[in-house]
Amino acid sequence: MKIRVAIIGAGITGASIARVLSKYENLEVHLIDKNPDVGWGVSKANTAIIHGGYDDDPDKYPMRAKLCIRGNRLWHQWVKELEIPHVWNGALIVALKDEDFKELEVLLERGIRNGVPEMRIVDRDELFRLEPGLTREALGALWVPIVGQIGPIPAVIAIVENAVANGVKTHLETEVRGIKVENGEVKGVETNSGFIEADIIINAAGLYADEISRMAGIDYFEIHPRKGEYWIFDEGIPGPKRVLFPTPTPISKGIVVTTEISGHLMIGPNAQDLPPEEKENTATTREGLEEVWEGAKKLWPQLPPRSKVIRTFAGLRPEPTGGDFIIKAEEEVWGFINVAGIRSPGLTSAPAIAYEVAEIIQRDLGIELVEKKKWNPYRREITHFFALSYDKVNELVKKNPAYGKIVCRCNKVSEGDILEAIERMKFIGVKTPSIDSVKFRTKAATGTCQGSFCRPRIIQILAREYGVPPWEVTLKGKGSEIGIGDVKVLVRGE
Amino acid sequence: MAAAIRAKELGLKVLLLDDNDYLGGILPQCIHPGFGIHYFKEELTGPEFAYRLMNKLDGVEVKTSARVLEIINYSDLEKFVVFTSPQGVQKVPTKTIIYAAGARERHAFEIGIVGDRVAGIYTAGEAQTLMDIYGIMPGKEIVIVGSGDVGLIMARRFSLEGAKVKAVIELMPYPGGLARNIMILKDFNIPLYLSHKVVEVRGKGRVEKIKVVKVDENLREIPGTEFWIEADTLVISAGLIPNVKLLTEIGVVIDPSTGGPIVNDRLETSVPGIFVAGNALLINDLVDYVAEQGELAAEGAREFIENGGIPSRRWIRLVKGENVRLLAPHYLSGERDVWIYARVRRPMEDVVVEFPEIGKKIKLPVVKPAEMLRIKLKAEEISKAEDKITMRVVKHG
Ligand SMILES: Cc1cc2nc3c(=O)[nH]c(=O)nc-3n(C[C@H](O)[C@H](O)[C@H](O)COP(=O)(O)OP(=O)(O)OC[C@H]3O[C@@H](n4cnc5c(N)ncnc54)[C@H](O)[C@@H]3O)c2cc1C
Repeated sequence: MKIRVAIIGAGITGASIARVLSKYENLEVHLIDKNPDVGWGVSKANTAIIHGGYDDDPDKYPMRAKLCIRGNRLWHQWVKELEIPHVWNGALIVALKDEDFKELEVLLERGIRNGVPEMRIVDRDELFRLEPGLTREALGALWVPIVGQIGPIPAVIAIVENAVANGVKTHLETEVRGIKVENGEVKGVETNSGFIEADIIINAAGLYADEISRMAGIDYFEIHPRKGEYWIFDEGIPGPKRVLFPTPTPISKGIVVTTEISGHLMIGPNAQDLPPEEKENTATTREGLEEVWEGAKKLWPQLPPRSKVIRTFAGLRPEPTGGDFIIKAEEEVWGFINVAGIRSPGLTSAPAIAYEVAEIIQRDLGIELVEKKKWNPYRREITHFFALSYDKVNELVKKNPAYGKIVCRCNKVSEGDILEAIERMKFIGVKTPSIDSVKFRTKAATGTCQGSFCRPRIIQILAREYGVPPWEVTLKGKGSEIGIGDVKVLVRGE
Repeated sequence: MAAAIRAKELGLKVLLLDDNDYLGGILPQCIHPGFGIHYFKEELTGPEFAYRLMNKLDGVEVKTSARVLEIINYSDLEKFVVFTSPQGVQKVPTKTIIYAAGARERHAFEIGIVGDRVAGIYTAGEAQTLMDIYGIMPGKEIVIVGSGDVGLIMARRFSLEGAKVKAVIELMPYPGGLARNIMILKDFNIPLYLSHKVVEVRGKGRVEKIKVVKVDENLREIPGTEFWIEADTLVISAGLIPNVKLLTEIGVVIDPSTGGPIVNDRLETSVPGIFVAGNALLINDLVDYVAEQGELAAEGAREFIENGGIPSRRWIRLVKGENVRLLAPHYLSGERDVWIYARVRRPMEDVVVEFPEIGKKIKLPVVKPAEMLRIKLKAEEISKAEDKITMRVVKHG
């Protein structure tokens, strides 16, 4: 009999764990999320940086210090195997005052302890050669060439697709409401759509990891949300080549200026602590956005006019009691593994967290894991019209004319791309058609016009492929339907 | 379509490309009347206007679902248009290109609205497409941002379908639409808030409430004047921006005040042989002017082809003076009569539009930013000028 594993949470952490556990013959892995699609929790809105592993103090936060650098190294392999959009562009932690160098020395020291390669403090001269557009006030910087950036939701999607291809079962729109424990052992999870039996439960529920833990009777920590807000600008606005950080403060790595992987200048985040009950409050605020603007201007003085903004958004970091990642098999309840408080640098650490969990299962639960003879490490990226040569487009058009037809003008997304996205949504079990699901896979609706042209077209395609009336297509799951009925619905008095 | 028809009439070989599945651009979704009064001397709806043009396309090669990916400006005489369609990517050689790719709408992020990113926020054009092309009713309690024509027409459209338009919010102290459209507010009893702006949207999956604040004469928010309106839909009608990306990629120079290219009186851009018409040139109020520009551009293309380029000359510049926010064309030859399209900065009554260098004056009872001025300068008037003609709008007397 296989050992059943239920992973709660299909964010970057839960997905990575599912992928790693899918390597083992003797596990049956279930990945559960309450959202209609994967990666829509904390993993959806963040700075998308694969951090360098130098700023987590190994004395205070040993887990973070250890897993961040290990995660960074693993991502180099994962982005290739899974064809995840990425760039390895390096980071500069910039000193604007003489005192800042002291902090940079501390970071360098820590980086050395954590085993981070290739770091160096650069002087003004070299700094401006690395980044000519930086503020003239800059005095020097810590140069961390191993830093990179990825597409966080594309990463979760890629990992889940690969996990499913290797036998993982997904349960989307499935909210865990209770955990059954008998004689000090887990038995399974109670959900809005039935009971899922499990011998091992892995709590990777992001902001809600404290609530899930409490369901198992374990309540020594709490998670509170810390909001970060961002601005993204239109394409063609010059941004830095590297990731630019200010010198950090005790609570935050500071407001970053960067060119995100699709080429847009992005600034953010700030850090605002919210009360524990505001775990859904991802609204942007005037104050927060202003703070980001002012902060970013200090590093990057030539910010574009506000009319060049294409999007603002906010994310919530899950801040745990104590500040370190909580990754362990809980002794009171056999089979219950907390993977909680996965705040920043959780995106970076995720692959390392996954291997850590596999180790915990062997070491602490005493289960010997048997590797599959055939495990497929690869996943192919979805077709992106904008990345194809014209010859390649013509080849695809022969098979399916939809690849020649553009749906999203700004980002050149073809109907073929969208059909492929829908096929992949169905492959991993996405039940409710949503524009966001298509958007995160294809980049449709993320360009200059923010979807005002292509959304109506995407709605038609989703309605057709999912066999629902177009007004029932959602923006991002149930409760966000794009219409209330056909155009005469009110006139008829329904 | 107007450019294609005229170009064909002038004996040119024409290929008409459009990335929609149907011709007419935004016309087919504009099911209200108000089109064609000048051009067809008859008031038509958008689809009717488009249909009339379609019937004149005989002899024009038409391709829909065809998106231009790239314009290659190989030389002043040789260009290529690369486009994709369900038949694949094709590269077509041509001497001239008439670019009439319209405009896009400003969206919620661009106008600084913060809060939740939820369903129920649409640009006016998107809402119109949903309703009038695809038959989807977006919501039932509507707030509209912007009292321009598009916003007002959508206010009527929503009301006619049984929705409640709870407010139209206008940043400026005066309404933005044509007088005949402002009547819509009275007809349907819709409150108009002038000098107000929408700053925040809150909701879970869907818009639930919308925060509005009053602004002073410098458009700065007045603290303490905030209030919330409950609604499930926010429609943004906050202006249009010419679609010029493909042009800027080949170095066409843009006039920041129109958002469209700098052009001569043939509507030729700074790249020889590339002509532009319609909302891609500047934002027009009336389709009739758009069609007129298309014809003009077609005539330019003919001249270009016949002469191996538009003949060189000392161009007379048309310059913005007092209370002129934008104008086109920017260079006049003096060889032909020209329609000048312009907009004022602020409303004014009892005014004179003056062209001091040529001694021309036109009296007007009223000018508004919302209503485009269209003025004919005669060839002989233009040639009186040495190197520039200033256009200004001043108080009479
Ligand atoms: C502003 C900000 C900036 C950041 N920047 C970076 C960065 O640059 N680099 C970096 O490395 N990290 C960064 N992070 C951190 C990183 O984003 C997180 O550590 C990571 O995404 C956490 O992933 P997760 O899978 O643990 O959580 P989540 O992505 O939240 O996944 C948890 C999942 O659990 C599901 N769930 C919760 N409760 C239930 C339930 N009862 N039943 C079923 N499902 C449930 C949720 O729906 C969710 O999908 C940043 C975070 C923020 C907020």
